Amino acid sequence: MRQLVEPAKVGVLVFVAAILQVSIFSTFQILGGAPDVVLLTLMAIALLRGSIYGASAGFAAGLLVDTANLGTLGVTSLLLTIAGYWIGRYGETTGRDRAHAPYVSVAVATILVQFGALFLHYMLGDPVSARVVLLDALPAKVGLNLLLTLPVYALTRWVLGLGTAPEGATEVQLLG
Amino acid sequence: MAGSLVLLSIVLITIYFREPVGGGLHGAQSAGATVLRPFEVGANRVAQPFRDAYGWFAGVLHAKSENGRLHREVDLYSAQAIQNANAAQQNARLKRLLHYVSSPQFPKDYDPVATDVISRPPTELAQQIGIAAGSSSGIRVNDPVVNQDGLVGRVTQVASHGAEVTLLTDPNNLVSALDLTTRATGLVGSGPSRGTLILDRVSKSQVVRPNDLIVTQGWRSGKLSSLYPQGIPIGVVSSASQNDVDLYWQVQLHPQVDFGSSLQSVIVLVPKTRRH
Repeated sequence: MRQLVEPAKVGVLVFVAAILQVSIFSTFQILGGAPDVVLLTLMAIALLRGSIYGASAGFAAGLLVDTANLGTLGVTSLLLTIAGYWIGRYGETTGRDRAHAPYVSVAVATILVQFGALFLHYMLGDPVSARVVLLDALPAKVGLNLLLTLPVYALTRWVLGLGTAPEGATEVQLLG
Repeated sequence: MAGSLVLLSIVLITIYFREPVGGGLHGAQSAGATVLRPFEVGANRVAQPFRDAYGWFAGVLHAKSENGRLHREVDLYSAQAIQNANAAQQNARLKRLLHYVSSPQFPKDYDPVATDVISRPPTELAQQIGIAAGSSSGIRVNDPVVNQDGLVGRVTQVASHGAEVTLLTDPNNLVSALDLTTRATGLVGSGPSRGTLILDRVSKSQVVRPNDLIVTQGWRSGKLSSLYPQGIPIGVVSSASQNDVDLYWQVQLHPQVDFGSSLQSVIVLVPKTRRH
């Protein structure tokens, strides 16, 4: 049963985060940047449930965001799939049980996703301004995302099951 | 698993990028956007009281200084309104005498479709918003979009019950424009920083002054005409300068429209000639 409930909960979280992002949170421009609750939710899912959930949730979230915005399908999916997988791997390895893991994940993922988005849009021939993305928006975006990290992480943890330990490696294989 | 999803994303980008606008993936996206629309509208409705409360408090803070400024503006505009009414009467009479053929006029040659803004750019890279009306309301690609303050942008993608509007601040949007005071003409495009506009291609033989109002030019040449009707406010000149090297004026504009969170509803101008 848990095998069905868990993906359903993740799906609902991703769906709600994507809808809130495109309709509400992207309007909150503070000091030039807007928070990214999709990335924050993805961070929490990936840290709490691992890299496979992270990558899958990232792909689904990206698809929803691109569909809702009538943007180029696949661009956000590609970025968030990689981000979700990386955060999941970080949580499964060095970030496990570290209190600072959500903050480190959010800061690094926000910066890398912004750089990735800039690169992808440039490659697709979209007119992009590195100054707007990296200088005007990025510092505020990182700050706002860090401010929202704790509440989003706590909420996601509560939805997925309070106190449930993150799924890490279940066995260790000795080499050599 | 993650590798497959990355590959799938790249395949999606490739197909979407290469197929025509009416292709299968675009159609699926359009259907998906229609399905998501009620959820976006619902989220907007839930957030609206909070937005209103924020707007109310922000308004109260600025009310006193704004009140004085508005009183001065009312005096000024009252005098201008009398002059404009006389000029408009004279203009109409002279046009009749000359049998003058003009380009489509705003707003009388257009049917307005008022609609909610239901989605915002997800990143700073995008300058598009989603609106709740689409082809079922008569909207087509390239229809101009305005609000009560001025020109917002143009429709760039249409689904049956939704559309994408590319804002004036997008670097792909160029609008032929006119200085209402000096009649200088040029092209309005996005400025160097977010939310700013520039008036480009204004030759040095023309005159542009700070605080001049810039509006759409609405040109017509044979069967071709501008996408935008004449006379829609775009912005006010915030600085105008020239140097020895450039061929044109360097003009920066302060947009009439606030492209930020206060942009909650827009009006799409559907040409009457298409409807009838």
